[in-house]
Amino acid sequence: MMNYNNDSILYRWIRGILANKKAVLGTSLVGFFIFISIFGQLFTKDPTAFLSTPLSPPSADYWFGTNGQGQDVFAQTIAGSRQTLLVGFTTGFLVVIIGSLIGGVSGYYGGRTDDILSLLINVFLVMPGLPLMVILASWLPPGPLTLIGVLSLTGWAWNARVIRSQMMAFKNRDFVSAAIISGERNIRIIVVEIMPRMLSLIASSFIGATIYSIGAQVALEFLGLGDVSTITWGNNLYWASNDLALLTGSWWTFVPTGLSVAIISFSLTLINFGIDEVTNPRLISERIWKEKISNSDTINGITPVRKINE
Amino acid sequence: MNQSLIYLIRRLGFYLVAGWAAITLNFFIPRLMPGDPASIIFARFRGKLKPEAMNALRETFGLTDEPLIGQYWTYLKSIVQGDFGISIAYFPEPVTSVIASGLSWTIFLAGTSLIISFAIGTFLGTLIAWNRGGKLDSILPPSLAFIGAFPYFWLAMVFLYLFGFKLGWFPLGHSYSDSVTPGANIQFVLSAIYHAILPALTMILVSIGGWMLSMRNTMISTLGADYITFARAKGLRSRLIMLRYAARNAILPNFTGFGMALGFVLSGALLTEIIFSYPGQGYLLLQAVTSQDFPLMQGVFMTITFTVLAANWLVDIAILFLDPRTRS
Repeated sequence: MMNYNNDSILYRWIRGILANKKAVLGTSLVGFFIFISIFGQLFTKDPTAFLSTPLSPPSADYWFGTNGQGQDVFAQTIAGSRQTLLVGFTTGFLVVIIGSLIGGVSGYYGGRTDDILSLLINVFLVMPGLPLMVILASWLPPGPLTLIGVLSLTGWAWNARVIRSQMMAFKNRDFVSAAIISGERNIRIIVVEIMPRMLSLIASSFIGATIYSIGAQVALEFLGLGDVSTITWGNNLYWASNDLALLTGSWWTFVPTGLSVAIISFSLTLINFGIDEVTNPRLISERIWKEKISNSDTINGITPVRKINE
Repeated sequence: MNQSLIYLIRRLGFYLVAGWAAITLNFFIPRLMPGDPASIIFARFRGKLKPEAMNALRETFGLTDEPLIGQYWTYLKSIVQGDFGISIAYFPEPVTSVIASGLSWTIFLAGTSLIISFAIGTFLGTLIAWNRGGKLDSILPPSLAFIGAFPYFWLAMVFLYLFGFKLGWFPLGHSYSDSVTPGANIQFVLSAIYHAILPALTMILVSIGGWMLSMRNTMISTLGADYITFARAKGLRSRLIMLRYAARNAILPNFTGFGMALGFVLSGALLTEIIFSYPGQGYLLLQAVTSQDFPLMQGVFMTITFTVLAANWLVDIAILFLDPRTRS
C-alpha cells in the first residue's frame, strides 16, 4: 500500500520536477523575483525621490543610473516588480479559471453547448488581442484592476481551447462513464473527477497565461494605458520612452526593466519545459529509451534491434 | 470539389460571425462602461474640441436619442458602408482615409517578416527534429525561447539603439527616406526595404522560436509513422525522406497554427512599428491612445481584425490545396 502511494502520479511528478534541471533553475529564478518583489524595497533607495542629475549613467551610487526624473533606476526596477508580478500572476490565475470553466464545459457536454462555446472560443482566438485591449483599457479608469480585467477578458480563449480538447479525450474514459452511471452530478464529475487528472496541463496553462499577461501588461502600460503615476515595469518603459531614452542614448533607463521581463518570462518557460518533460508520456518513454541505450549508435526514430537488458 | 466548396463557405461563415462579433463589441464597449459614454466623451474633451468635432464624435458612436436597437442598426449599416466615423487626432479627416494611409505599410512589414519567420522557423524545426538530440537541437530551442521571452517592443528599442543610434547602420525611423519620391521607382523600393530591415529583423527573431518548436513537435510524431520506417527500409536518401516524406506532412498542422497566430503576431508588429515610428497601424494606434481618439482606435481594431480574418481564409484555401484529406 505504502509502495503504491509513493508511486502515485503526483509524487512521481514532484520527484521528476525536482530532478529536472530546467524546472529547478526556472523555479529558483521565479522564487528569487517574487522574494525581491516583496522584500526588495527594504534595501533600495526611495524609487520616487529626485536624487541626482537626470539621466546620469550607472555609477557606484546608482547602479543602474538615474532616469529622466532623476530617480534611481535600480530602485525603480525593484519597486516595479511588485505590481507587475502581482497583476501577472493574478491574471494568469483568472485566465486559467475562465478557460478551464468554458473549455471544460464545452468539451464535457458536447453537442449544442459545445457548438456555441467553441464558436465563442474561436472568435476570441482569431480576434487580434492588442487593439482590443487598448480599446477596453482606454475606456476604463487606469490602474491594476483595469489591467487584470482587460487581460483576462482577452486572454482566456487559448486556454479554453487546450482544456476543451483534453476534456473531450477524457470524456470517453471508463472512470467518467462509471461516475455518470453512479449518478454523480456533471459539475462534480468535471471538477472533482476530471480536473485533478489534468493537473499538469492546468499548471502549465497557468504558467503560460502568466507569461502572456506579464508581456501584455507591460505593453499596455508602455502605451500609457496604465496608471502612469505608479511604479511598474511597464511604466518604467513608458517613462523611458517619454524621456527620449533612445535619442539621449540613455540605454540604462530601459535595459534593466526589459531584461527583468525577459528573465522572468524565460524562467517561467523553463518551468513549463520541465513540467512537459516530466509529465508528457511521449517524452518520458523517449527519455527511458535514451537512458537504456547509449546515444551514439542509435539511428533516429528506428527501434534498434539489439538486447537492452544484458 | 463540391466538398471543398462547402468547407470554404463554412469557414467564410465563421469569419463573418467573427467580424460581426468585433463590430458588436465595438458598439457595446463604450455603452457598457461605467457612466454614460456621451458624458464621458463630453467630460474628457470639453474645451479641447470644437463643437462640430463633438458632434462628429457623437455621430460616430451613434449616441443619438434613438432606442439602443436603432442605434445598433445605424452603426452596423455605417460600418458595412465603410464609414468608421471622423478621427479626432486628424480632425476632420474620416477614420477610413487615415487608416488607409497606413494599411499597406503594416501589411508590407508584418506580412514579410511573418512569412520569413515562418519559413526559417519551420525549416529549423524540421532540421532539429531530424537530428534529434544533436547539437543544434540542444542549442536552438532554449536560446530562441530566451529571445522570444523579450517583449517585442523592448527588443526593438535595443536594436534601434544599437544598430540605428550607436552604429548608424540603419535609419532611426519612418518607412522611406525623405529624398525619394514614393512610386514605382527603384530608389523608393530600395529605401523602403532599407527602412524595413531592422523592424523586420526584431519581429523575425522574437517569433521564430514558436514556429520552430511547433514544427519540431509535429515532425517528431510524423517521424514515428510507419511510412517513414518503410521509406528508410527502401533505402531512400535521408534528405528525401526528411523533406518530401516527413516535413511535407508535418507542416500541415502548422499552417492552421499560422492562421491562429496571425492576430498575436500582428499585435507584436503594431508595437514594433511604434518604436520605429513606422507609419503603419501601430503608429496610428499610439496616436489614437495619446489623443484619446476613440473612433480611430476602434477603426484600427476593426481593420486589423478584418485583415486577420481575410488572411485566415486565404490560409484555409491554401490548406485545401496542400492537404488532400480536407478535400474528401
